[in-house]
Amino acid sequence: MSPTLAVQTSPFVDYVGIAPYLLLVVGMIVVLMVLPLLLAKTTRHRVKDEAYECGLPPQGTAKQRFSVHFYMVAVLFILFDIEAVFLFPWATSVQELGPIGFSGAVVFVAVLGLGLAYAWRKRVLDWN
Amino acid sequence: MDALIDPTLLTRIAFYFFSALSIVAALFVVVHRNPIVSAVALVMTFLGVAGLYLTLGATFLTAVQILVYAGAIMVLFLFVIMLLNLEKDPFEEPHVPRLLGAGLAIALLFGLVAVLGGTVAVGTSIRSGSAEEIGKIFFGEYIFPFEMASLLLLVAMIGVIVVARRSDGKEAL
Amino acid sequence: MSPDIAYFAATLAKIVAIFLLSVHVVPIMVILERRISAWVQFRIGPNRVGPLGLFQPLADLVKFLGKEDFVPAQANKVLFWAAPALTCLPPFLVMTLIPFAPPFEVMGRELPAVIVDSSIGIILALALSSLTVYGIAIGGWSSNSKYSLLGGLRSSAQMISYELALGLSVLAVICVSGTLNLSDMITRQTAFFGFDDATGNWAGWNIFSQPVAFLVFLVASYAETNRLPFDLPEAESELVGGYHTEYSATKFSLFFMGEYIGMLGMACLIVILFLGGWHLPGVAALDLSPNVFALVGLLVFMAKVGFFLLLFIQVRWTLPRFRYDQLMQVGWKVLLPIALANILVTGFVVAWS
Repeated sequence: MSPTLAVQTSPFVDYVGIAPYLLLVVGMIVVLMVLPLLLAKTTRHRVKDEAYECGLPPQGTAKQRFSVHFYMVAVLFILFDIEAVFLFPWATSVQELGPIGFSGAVVFVAVLGLGLAYAWRKRVLDWN
Repeated sequence: MDALIDPTLLTRIAFYFFSALSIVAALFVVVHRNPIVSAVALVMTFLGVAGLYLTLGATFLTAVQILVYAGAIMVLFLFVIMLLNLEKDPFEEPHVPRLLGAGLAIALLFGLVAVLGGTVAVGTSIRSGSAEEIGKIFFGEYIFPFEMASLLLLVAMIGVIVVARRSDGKEAL
Repeated sequence: MSPDIAYFAATLAKIVAIFLLSVHVVPIMVILERRISAWVQFRIGPNRVGPLGLFQPLADLVKFLGKEDFVPAQANKVLFWAAPALTCLPPFLVMTLIPFAPPFEVMGRELPAVIVDSSIGIILALALSSLTVYGIAIGGWSSNSKYSLLGGLRSSAQMISYELALGLSVLAVICVSGTLNLSDMITRQTAFFGFDDATGNWAGWNIFSQPVAFLVFLVASYAETNRLPFDLPEAESELVGGYHTEYSATKFSLFFMGEYIGMLGMACLIVILFLGGWHLPGVAALDLSPNVFALVGLLVFMAKVGFFLLLFIQVRWTLPRFRYDQLMQVGWKVLLPIALANILVTGFVVAWS
C-alpha cells in the first residue's frame, strides 16, 4: 500500500500571526521587569542579600545533590512521551487503518506496558 | 494576507531567522561556562530547528521536535546537570587537548561544507509531513520497525532502572 | 481603503484583541480568587479599592511596580532574570492556538477567530505548555535557596509526570475526532448528543463519548498548572513560597501571570476537546448572520471557559493538598494506566466501526 501524496500549500504562512503576538508579549514582559528598577529604591546589605532560611544564616550551599529518583522519573517521562508521539499518527488515522492498525497499536502499548509494570514492580514509582 | 505579504519572501525571511537563532544558540551551548545556561541555549537551538521544519512544511515533525527534544529530553539534561551539581567546570583541562578538539571540530566543519556544499536538496520530493500520512506509513510498510521502536524504548526503560538501582541489592531507592 | 488592507488591519486587531483578552484574564482571576476565597472562609476580602474592591488588582500592580527588585547575592543573575520570562511566555503562546469563536466575516472574506489555525494544534498546544517547566526549574535553581531548589524540582517532576496523562488522554479524543486541528475538533462536535447522519461518526460533545479522558485531562490539568490539590511546589507550610521564594516585585507577579494564563489555556483546551467549543444546542437553528453567529459563539465559548476557571478556584479553596508521594503515585499508578486503557478501548471501538 503506497500512501497518497498530498501537496501542501505553504503552511508556514498560517503561523506568521505568532510574530506580532510574540512582540506584544515580550514587550509587556520587558516593560514589567524594567519598571521596578526605575521606580523602586534599591538598598543592599550583606545580610539582606542572603537567601531566605527561616531568618537564620543560611547553612552550607543550596546547590546540593538530590535524589536520583528525579532522574529516573525524567527518563521514564521521555520514554512514555515518545510513546505518545508514536501514537499520535495512529490516533489521527485510526478509522482508515482499522483492525490491522489497532492490533499494531496494541502490541506497541503492551510492550511499553511491560516497562511500566517493571518500574512499578521495582518500586521506582514509590516515593518515601 | 497573500496580497500584502509574499509567502515565498516570508518563508525565506523565516529561514534566515531560524537559522541564525539555531546557530547563535548553538554557539552559546559550546562557549558558555555555566552548563545550565548551555542547556537553556540548547532548548533555543531545538526551537530554532523546529522553526526550520515548519518552513519546510513538516508540521508533525515540528510538534515532535518541540514536544520531545525541547520539552522532554532537555528536562532530563537539566535534571542531570542539577543532580551532579555541575555549576562550574570542574576540570581545568590542559590547553593541548582543548586546542586539538577545536582543530578537529573546524576540520569537520570544512569537511562537511566541502561534501554537502555542492549537493542539491531533494526536499521537493518529500511526502507530506502531516500526522495522517505518517500514521499510514507507520502502519503500512514500516510496521515492523515501528514495533521494534517499542522494544527499544522498553530496553531503555529497564536499563535505566537497573543502572540506577543501588548496588547493595536494595530495591531502587 | 482597499479590501486587502482592511482585512490585514482586521487580522492585526484580532491579534491585539486576543493578547488583551489573555492579559485581562489575570486581574479578573486574581480579584475573583481573593473574593471567593474570602467568601469560602467567612472573611470579607479586599473591598476597599473601587466598588466592591474591583480595582484591587490595579492597586496590586502599582504595588508590584513600586517594590524593590531583590536579587540574592548568591543567585545566578542571568538565569534569575530569565526564569520569570521563561515561565510566562509558553502559556501566552498556547493562547495563539485557541479558536475562540466561529470565523468572522470581514470584507466578504472569512476571518478565523484564532491567530494560528494549525493543522497540528493540539500537539503544539501540549508541546508549548510543556516548556513552562524550564522557567520553574531554573527559577528554583538560580535563587540558590534550599526552599526554591526543592520547590522547583518538585514542580518540574510533577509537571512532567502529569504531562503524560494529559497527552495520553488527548490521544483517545483524537481517535474519536480524527483530527489534530482544534477548529476541526470543534466543528466535529456540532450536535449536543448524537451521531452524524451522513458518516455515522460521533458528532456530539466529546465529554459524552470520552468521559474517562475528560476526567483524566481535568485532573492532570490541575497538576500541570500547579494548582491545588497539586500545589506541592509552592506548599506554603513546607516550602515557604516554593520556587519563587526569593522573587519580588514584578518578577514575582510574572510567575503568577504565567500560572493564570496557563489555567486559561487549560480551560480553553478542555472546552475545545470535550465541550464542543463555541457550540450551544439551538444556536445554529436560529440562522444568524455570520458575524452575529460568531459573536454569540464567542460569548458561549467564554462562558464555558469561565465555568472551568471558577471550578479551578472553587477546587482550590475546597480540597486539601496531596502529600508528595501520593501525588506522584496518582500520576503514574492511576492516571497513566487509566489513560492507556482508555486509548485501547477507544481505538478498539473506532477501528471496528
